[in-house]
Amino acid sequence: MEILVCVKRVPDTSENEIEVNSDGTDIERDDLVYSVNEWDNYAVEEAIQIKDKVGGSVTVVTVGDEESEEVLRREMAMGADNGILLEDDAFEGSDGKGIAAILKAAVEKGNYDLILTGAQADDGAAQVGGMLAAMLDLPYASLVNFIDVSDDKKLKVGREIEGGNQEMNEIELPCVLSIQTGINEPRYVGIRGIRKVASVEIPTHGASDLGLGADAVGAGAAKVKRLDYFVPELGEGAEMLEGSTEEKVAKLIELLKAKGGIK
Amino acid sequence: MDFDLNTEQEMIRKEVRKFAEKEVAPVAMALDEQEAFSPELTKKMGDIGLFGMFVPEEYGGQELDYISYIIAVEEIARVDGSQAATIAAGNSLGIGPINYFGTKRQKEKYLPTLCTGKGLWGFGLTEPTAGSDAGASKTAAIQDGKEWVLNGSKIFITNAACELSMGVTVQAITGHKENGRPEYTCFLVEQGTPGYKALPMHGKMMWRASNTAELYFDDVRIPEENVLGKPGEGFHQMLSTLDGGRLSIAAMGLGGAQGAYEAALKYAKERVQFGKPISRFQAIAFKLADAATELECARNLLYKACWLRSKKRPFQKEAAMAKVYCSELMGRIADNAVQIHGGYGLMKEYNVERFFRDQKLLDIGEGTSEIQRLVISRYIGC
Repeated sequence: MEILVCVKRVPDTSENEIEVNSDGTDIERDDLVYSVNEWDNYAVEEAIQIKDKVGGSVTVVTVGDEESEEVLRREMAMGADNGILLEDDAFEGSDGKGIAAILKAAVEKGNYDLILTGAQADDGAAQVGGMLAAMLDLPYASLVNFIDVSDDKKLKVGREIEGGNQEMNEIELPCVLSIQTGINEPRYVGIRGIRKVASVEIPTHGASDLGLGADAVGAGAAKVKRLDYFVPELGEGAEMLEGSTEEKVAKLIELLKAKGGIK
Repeated sequence: MDFDLNTEQEMIRKEVRKFAEKEVAPVAMALDEQEAFSPELTKKMGDIGLFGMFVPEEYGGQELDYISYIIAVEEIARVDGSQAATIAAGNSLGIGPINYFGTKRQKEKYLPTLCTGKGLWGFGLTEPTAGSDAGASKTAAIQDGKEWVLNGSKIFITNAACELSMGVTVQAITGHKENGRPEYTCFLVEQGTPGYKALPMHGKMMWRASNTAELYFDDVRIPEENVLGKPGEGFHQMLSTLDGGRLSIAAMGLGGAQGAYEAALKYAKERVQFGKPISRFQAIAFKLADAATELECARNLLYKACWLRSKKRPFQKEAAMAKVYCSELMGRIADNAVQIHGGYGLMKEYNVERFFRDQKLLDIGEGTSEIQRLVISRYIGC
């Protein structure tokens, strides 16, 4: 099975204290440590596991700049076979639809049976997977937490439903799936893997390679624009419980019962 | 000059750090408290390739440059000294001598398993009455036909008496030169050889989750093919192994210093006294500024020593300098980290308490700070 996984380089929330910058247009990006988006990492692990079971190859792709190459290389050290960097000044300022349009063009340059994205990104809006599927006119399942390859035409996919419920679907290939964390246990990147990919050349495609016009992507084409970026003011309603641990626990249980949290 | 690490080294730092934070950090405190060596964690470290980092691929190693190895030790030490000790001793002292001086047959027999972390090997040099004065060692071997008969004992030997221990390299007196000085030979003694006993040592102040052993050799018969390299080369092998070992102890000092510094900085920014974070008080801020400055010096010194080694240039003086400087730096920074934490820093619940204890070994193991200064003083012509 030929699998494409769309990944994104995001500020690592476990390594950084995220702060809004002084003019409120973005977060403070100086000295941030970046990593691959956590959800995408689960998607790559799932792709590698599928490849190990049924054969084929895994390609990772990202829309970004030179720096984004590090996440492709990292996922290749983990076990993805190929990486593709989609980079062009014309891509800058794209909204979610723009990113989906760029990815669509990249998908069409290949011959993929399965396209995976993370369910969302740490700094995103969980919109690219769905839009990409629609643009490609492919079937789509979101929040996927289980995949079983039935045959080369169909997959069985499990989806997480609100309230902890589970749904099982059959979906026809080719398709797009957005992957939820917890679907697997992503492996660590080993030193042998790093050695294999450290000096591999990663191909880069720009707007013209992908046949994209400047009007379809980038800031000019964006129809969603960020107006403000801020930390909301603390609201009312927080109540600090006082007393010993036993007293606090007793009060908490009382409150939970009163508000209907415990029946 | 080029101070940039290459892509491979950068990736190794990032991924080993991630592993250390996810797998080592959550268990470090409990393993220390229980004084327990963890075979599971050791195997996990083996899975990501932390053993045999500088060993050629044909023997199951990763065939990396020495700086990559040092970075990996540094990143594990940033989180926990005990696990870093398992790695540093496993590579520099366990795998190192076999890799550098072993015969093809010896390398083929031992290295592939040792490079997976499923087996560990010790390096027996120190004796109860021979520490800094390694020449006072008494363990001796006498040739008897195609075998050698070994008698004596060793102490404070890392990785030699746990579930994963496969054996130990033992330095023994095997004769005397014309000038009366003893001649040394190193032997590879496998676990389970009759007469060989390895006992774990408990009640340690530091590195409590690392395995430390006392070794006893009572008429241990060792086949000729288990002489490491050639008879009479033991002294040179030991010195060369210790030169490399110094770099990995320095890496443990640097990594531990970095971890203690980061913990102190984080705490100082969160802890509020007199209405503001204590990091805003000069008395605290300057301690942290000094720590950051010295870390920069230490890293540059250590990496330069590794760079000299990779270029096959003399690096012994710089290795001794890096060992004493990085070890003592961790002492200063861990001391200040506890001070900045105040009363909390005295509690086991806070990592700096463990860093404070773990540091002390670095002033003593693989050549005390005094011995390092002696080495340096000889190199500068004193």
